[in-house]
Amino acid sequence: MARSSDSNGPVEPAEPQVDGTSDRTDERADPLRPSDHIDSVEQVDSDSGITQPKLGFVGYLRFFWRQLTSMRTALLLLMLLALAAVPGSLVPQTSSDPNGVVQYKTDHPQLYPILDKLGLFSTFTTPWFSAVYLLLFISLVGCIIPRVKHHLEALRSAPPKTPARLSRLAGFQTHQAPTVTGDTAPVSAEIAVATARQHLRRAGYRTRVYGDSVSAERGYLRETGNLVFHTALLGVLVTVGIGGGFGYTGQRVVVEGQTFSNVLGSYDSFNPGRFFSDSQLKPFNIAIDKFTVKYEDKIIDAIGTPTDYTTYVTTSQPGQASKKTTIKVNDPLSIGGSNVYLLGNGYAVDVTVRDGEGNIALKDTIPFLPQDSNLTSLGVIKVPDAKPTQLGMIGFFYPSATKLSSGALASNYPDDINPKLTLSVYAGDLGLDDGVPRSVYELDTVGLKPIAATGSNAVEKPLTLEPGQTVKLPNGLGSVQFNDVKRFVSLDIHHDPTQIYVLVFAILIVLGLLTGLFVPRRRVWVKAVQGDDGLRIEYAGLARGEDPTLERAVDDLAKKHLAALTPKTASDRRKVSS
Amino acid sequence: MTSAEFSTLCLYAAYSAIAIYVIAFIAFALDLAKRSGDAQIAATAALKAQSRQSALAGASASAGSTGSAGGTLLLERTDVTEPGETARRSSKFERIGISMMVLGLAVHIASVVFRGLAAGRVPWANMFEFGLTGTALIVGVFLLVNLVVDLRYLGAYVMGLNLILLGVAVVNFYVTVSPLVPALQSYWLVIHVFVACLGTAFFAIAGGLSAAQIIQERREASKNAGIKLFDTLPGAERLEDLAYRIALVGFVLWTFTLIAGAVWAEKAWGRYWGWDTKEVWTFIIWVIYAGYIHARATRGWRGARSSWLSLVGFAAVMFNFSIVNLFFKGLHAYSGL
Repeated sequence: MARSSDSNGPVEPAEPQVDGTSDRTDERADPLRPSDHIDSVEQVDSDSGITQPKLGFVGYLRFFWRQLTSMRTALLLLMLLALAAVPGSLVPQTSSDPNGVVQYKTDHPQLYPILDKLGLFSTFTTPWFSAVYLLLFISLVGCIIPRVKHHLEALRSAPPKTPARLSRLAGFQTHQAPTVTGDTAPVSAEIAVATARQHLRRAGYRTRVYGDSVSAERGYLRETGNLVFHTALLGVLVTVGIGGGFGYTGQRVVVEGQTFSNVLGSYDSFNPGRFFSDSQLKPFNIAIDKFTVKYEDKIIDAIGTPTDYTTYVTTSQPGQASKKTTIKVNDPLSIGGSNVYLLGNGYAVDVTVRDGEGNIALKDTIPFLPQDSNLTSLGVIKVPDAKPTQLGMIGFFYPSATKLSSGALASNYPDDINPKLTLSVYAGDLGLDDGVPRSVYELDTVGLKPIAATGSNAVEKPLTLEPGQTVKLPNGLGSVQFNDVKRFVSLDIHHDPTQIYVLVFAILIVLGLLTGLFVPRRRVWVKAVQGDDGLRIEYAGLARGEDPTLERAVDDLAKKHLAALTPKTASDRRKVSS
Repeated sequence: MTSAEFSTLCLYAAYSAIAIYVIAFIAFALDLAKRSGDAQIAATAALKAQSRQSALAGASASAGSTGSAGGTLLLERTDVTEPGETARRSSKFERIGISMMVLGLAVHIASVVFRGLAAGRVPWANMFEFGLTGTALIVGVFLLVNLVVDLRYLGAYVMGLNLILLGVAVVNFYVTVSPLVPALQSYWLVIHVFVACLGTAFFAIAGGLSAAQIIQERREASKNAGIKLFDTLPGAERLEDLAYRIALVGFVLWTFTLIAGAVWAEKAWGRYWGWDTKEVWTFIIWVIYAGYIHARATRGWRGARSSWLSLVGFAAVMFNFSIVNLFFKGLHAYSGL
């Protein structure tokens, strides 16, 4: 990596440096680069000879380390990273689309096990994906640590010696030192150099006078930005990797009128990070007062498109007065160090079920899951307390019911204009007591007796109810009362204390990128040369990395400097020299 | 005026812009043909001049030391001022092409504004609008860059690309104005999507330059054989520098897009990064261009090799805009189709 710390010893230039830009001072001031970086001096590869020295264990380690931290390896790993991410977009991912994975399994029964074995359904946590980015970041660490050290030294060192011949360098120009009319004494070399130094300093250059010349360098910020950028990338990775462990995510479906309490038991699903314990849950309550949806009603092609979701809530925390506020999409609620997001909504039906003995076996508001854009919703009502037999119902809810030509119901608008509920009722043991966990959104009808359902063995056709209606179940098994239609909201509660650090690193990435790419690193020299025809002043620059405006900068400097050296009166001359 | 009237005006303007762009495209194509002819004439003239020059060179060798130093200087700095950029005067076709492009852009911008007025919001929320606004940005960025460096030889490429993209947007992706779904109702829509389109515009121009670089480098390697018209273009090294600088701007914009997208995703979806398909592809594009920038700094990767990476990057950008938007399942389901 570093030319000076090379195990083979510094490679001495075969010929004396003509322009002197690669001497030792230069090495200190230049950013340290991997050996195959375009801006580093090409090395005579001593390993390529026939008499290859045997590498010891340490030698091999050094060799592999150098390979890993080279530009070529970084490039290869970047390309591999891009390539490795592609499958993550081709097949559904468990993390972002779990239902898609299940669907994929049924759609491609042959392909699924193979892809699953390769880990393609969780591409971004597979060993091979992790290996690529971890190697990339090891390579990065190996590159930036020596560079940071080197840069800190460079920040303290002086600009390199002025090259013997400036004429080979960028923007070179030479001018006769100006003389004043009526004054025979020309500008002296000292004055010219001192003035140039002033100008350069004012322009943000670090300067040093070497004899009759001034050597100046600027743009250390370029390497600083570069290092900040790469370090911040590392910061993002580490923060995401470790930081994810300190938070949690949880989901909960809440119906209008209900209250969510932030305790573990309230969550429908809860994913704590590795370092998060349930006791860290902050106590707060969110009462869902009302949920409103606005629909587009003017633009013909877009009628029924939801244009606004607003959840009106009342929040309460211990020791604080309760507050009325709202949760909207794009506008989460921040409470107790967590954020509460509105991620979904749908209809819930308020029903009362009386059993065969006339007792109220169930009075509840049950969320039905939306199945299409007009919110035809599917739900399951389980009545384990019904006697003499338990009851289970599969229901469809149509917010704006319309009869199709086939006689079946459908919804043709998402708002609840003409709500109807259809229920297929089954009787028998629901299997809730055998300890097997069952989804509240599914009903296994195997072993149940259909009493009001489609199919020939059912006693009756499925029930159809409107709000306020009560329908008796066949065989005297009881009745169902459809009391009201409500809305439910699906809330995501996230707690991620490290999020803010990721943001800070992201901002550093942008700042580092801007300075690392666009601040020009350049050297400029101004030299006073005694020629046959009097004093001449030479200007030249040298780009250290991409620098499209170097020539213009040298040109500007020459113009300003010469102008400053051309005073109107002799007293100005004295000002210049002082 | 009503929304429907503005929508109609938007389409009229879009079709007019396409018509004007077609004229610009033809003008630039004719210019390329003219360049080819000019290059042929110049090559013949250069052959004739060669014998005279060798005689002159013999004479200058006997000149004084100061004279020869000046001569060296000139020779060393030819790579800075390209003969293709300064020596050649702009042709009539080029001037027509640029004028038509400016006129086309004015009408195009009017179309974008009409769409915005029709929708009552920023006109970049579905595929038609991305296409309409994005192509205007490509032309705009091209004309702006052209003020700084002469890129007129890319006119035909920019117009060709633009006609395809704008044509597909207007013909295949057109949707009537629709309100924003709640997830899109955020000021981040204004920032995130606009910067993404702007970055795409820079990548598009860098891609054209990289393609030209690859051809030019091949020609230079084979002693300027093949397509003569490339004689009138800057040298391969200059093309590479230009492509790199323009891609750098694109990369910075893309980085910002990525971060702004993450900030918005946190607000809208409750997490700043979730490997949604669109997120995956935005990441892939970022990594490819990061690779391109590294390749430019890697010995043995300068030149055509890194240019290919720039082209792969731009191909990924186009893939992300078209295939991913239309066929991949994900949260960014805003194509409107």
